[in-house]
Amino acid sequence: MSTAITHEEEHHEDLTGWRRWVFATNHKDIGTMYLWFSFAMFLLGGAFALVIRAELFVPGLQLVEPDFFNQMTTMHGLIMVFGAVMPATVGMANWMVPLMIGAPDMALPRMNNWSFWILPFAFSLLVSTFFMEGGAPAFGWTFYAPLSTTFAPSTTDFFIFGVHLMGFSSIMGSINIIATILNLRAPGMTLMKLPLFVWTWLITAFLLIAVMPVLAGAVTMMLMDRNFGTSFFDAAGGGDPVLFQHVFWFFGHPEVYIMILPAFGIVSQIIPTFARKPLFGYASMVYAVAAIAFLSFIVWAHHMFAVGMPVAGELYFMYATTLIAIPTGVKVFNWVATMWRGAMTFETPMLFAIAFVVLFTIGGLSGLMLGVAPADKQYHDTYFVVAHFHYVLVTGAVFALMAGTYYWLPKWTGYMYDERLGKIHFWISTISVNVLFFPMHFSGLAGMPRRIPDYAVQFADWNFLSSVGGFVFGFSQLLFFYIVIKAIRGGEPATNRVWEGAEGLEWTLSSPPPHHSFTVPPEVR
Amino acid sequence: MIHQQKSQRKIVVQSLLVVVLMFGFGFALVPMYNVFCDVFGINGKTGIEATAMAEPTVVDEERWINVEFVTTLNQSMPWHFKPTVKKIRVHPGQTTTVDFLAENLSESEMVGQAIPSVSPGWAANYFKKTECFCFNHQPLAAGESKEMGVRFFIDPDIPSKVTTLTLSYTFFDVTEKAKAKSNKKDELVKVATN
Repeated sequence: MSTAITHEEEHHEDLTGWRRWVFATNHKDIGTMYLWFSFAMFLLGGAFALVIRAELFVPGLQLVEPDFFNQMTTMHGLIMVFGAVMPATVGMANWMVPLMIGAPDMALPRMNNWSFWILPFAFSLLVSTFFMEGGAPAFGWTFYAPLSTTFAPSTTDFFIFGVHLMGFSSIMGSINIIATILNLRAPGMTLMKLPLFVWTWLITAFLLIAVMPVLAGAVTMMLMDRNFGTSFFDAAGGGDPVLFQHVFWFFGHPEVYIMILPAFGIVSQIIPTFARKPLFGYASMVYAVAAIAFLSFIVWAHHMFAVGMPVAGELYFMYATTLIAIPTGVKVFNWVATMWRGAMTFETPMLFAIAFVVLFTIGGLSGLMLGVAPADKQYHDTYFVVAHFHYVLVTGAVFALMAGTYYWLPKWTGYMYDERLGKIHFWISTISVNVLFFPMHFSGLAGMPRRIPDYAVQFADWNFLSSVGGFVFGFSQLLFFYIVIKAIRGGEPATNRVWEGAEGLEWTLSSPPPHHSFTVPPEVR
Repeated sequence: MIHQQKSQRKIVVQSLLVVVLMFGFGFALVPMYNVFCDVFGINGKTGIEATAMAEPTVVDEERWINVEFVTTLNQSMPWHFKPTVKKIRVHPGQTTTVDFLAENLSESEMVGQAIPSVSPGWAANYFKKTECFCFNHQPLAAGESKEMGVRFFIDPDIPSKVTTLTLSYTFFDVTEKAKAKSNKKDELVKVATN
């Protein structure tokens, strides 16, 4: 069995130059492409964010037209969610899942190639709308009808097909990950021995195949309303715009867990390594992730408390939402308990992971506030919401991705990154990201609405601070870029295990691992 | 190896099945949403046309219910649209006709579609229309005006706590959609006669 695979794989190794990447079937190559693609999108979406922060530096309209501002907020959200965070987590899964479970590659390598190479086309479609008459989508990343149907420019159809393609990519990627984890585990690697990152990705993949088709359905209905005379969301024809919000958030709420669950997984790998203790409460971590995933399907309307729901509905969605705090609390508790009395050291990945635990918890608590229906009436569509989801997504998902990058970079490249620069990157990022987002809690509670290019002068001070933090945070990511490039080009060679406390199959391989690893399945005790 | 490929295929097929089902589920949310709205009376939709046969013979003369009429034009549609009476008192079970006046103030032919809504929403199902201008598109030539009726009764089973119902109509401009539809029909006719 293993010899057959080896022969086939050796054949592929002949590919060099551009063919190696375009025809890639190797999980490491595809993972690398995913990661670089997501980093490019991170910089693009970040550039859009800086346009927003520049416009909001002081009250009044100075740099951009309001319509272009709306295009910036919309495209920033779409690019960051679908282009930066999601592909980055898929990239890490591609790289690490086979190494962690002792598999020779992903289960379906050709489909893997396809799911990556769809992405550049999807995002070209999306970004090309900037150069068309009517401009890019300007209706917010949530593309509520009728803004995205009756009142949207014709370029919206490009957006719709772009979303369809992203959906295909995610679904194929997920099926691949599910097949890999369920089928290609090394002998002895039982489900309850899986590293937490693998577990979180298995559950994320199930979430993806369950909700990406619903998103595809939502944009298909939009497409039909726009071009084929149906009235799914058009009140004049008997439809209902509120229906759009239900369909969208049925996708949208699991989507936020799709972005954060892999981050939980990464952090659950890193903290035990640098605390030099096994993860506290492994089984409860697995069940907590599963519970969060299940709850994510039945809480969607907490995004819609302001649409005029019956009180019974508001109460149900409020209670169900606050219930999520329990499994999430279990996770935070377990991370802290893992660190408790551990022999901790504070290398850059650990710093990012600890910052994740603290700052994600802040985002979780503001989420709890937003989940309380009567209070949400005050916070709805203000900067408080913006502060909330940036704490969970930037200092949550993105920080975990950075932690994961520093953690696995020596394994990927074979060289240690520059620890001093990594720490500088961490401290600049962590301080500036709080200067950027923490004041938004205050401007939001004071009533500043989101997605508006101008604001009342009373919000000027907090916005000034946010913008300063935004620019520092944005440009400090160039340092991250430099550190990664530097580690790729050389440095102190990394040992196999890299970190003193690292446990798991991936650390038994050389750094960098051979192009084809675990062609003979390892034995797991 | 063969065994592995087989179970691989099984996983892929099962996953694809989930994908297809969930795509269908997205569309199934549409009728589900309508059923939910109907059952819980969420957005004041008055449901489908009640047949004239269903008109009750029993009139509850003990009770009076105020029925108020509200009219709205969507997106500053250039029409004039008002009820002939703002408010009437009826007995549950009593069939009544109320006229609304619409006038096209623009200089071209337009097609309007009225969408009704009843509040309180949870009582919407007790409000029954047997005839209504809202069942059809309403074409009006430039400057044309038209009296349009709605014939309704209130279900005698309506809970006693209801003393006032408000019927609201919003007129939507559907000229473009109606044109597109009739063009398609014309084409079909042409194809058929050819």
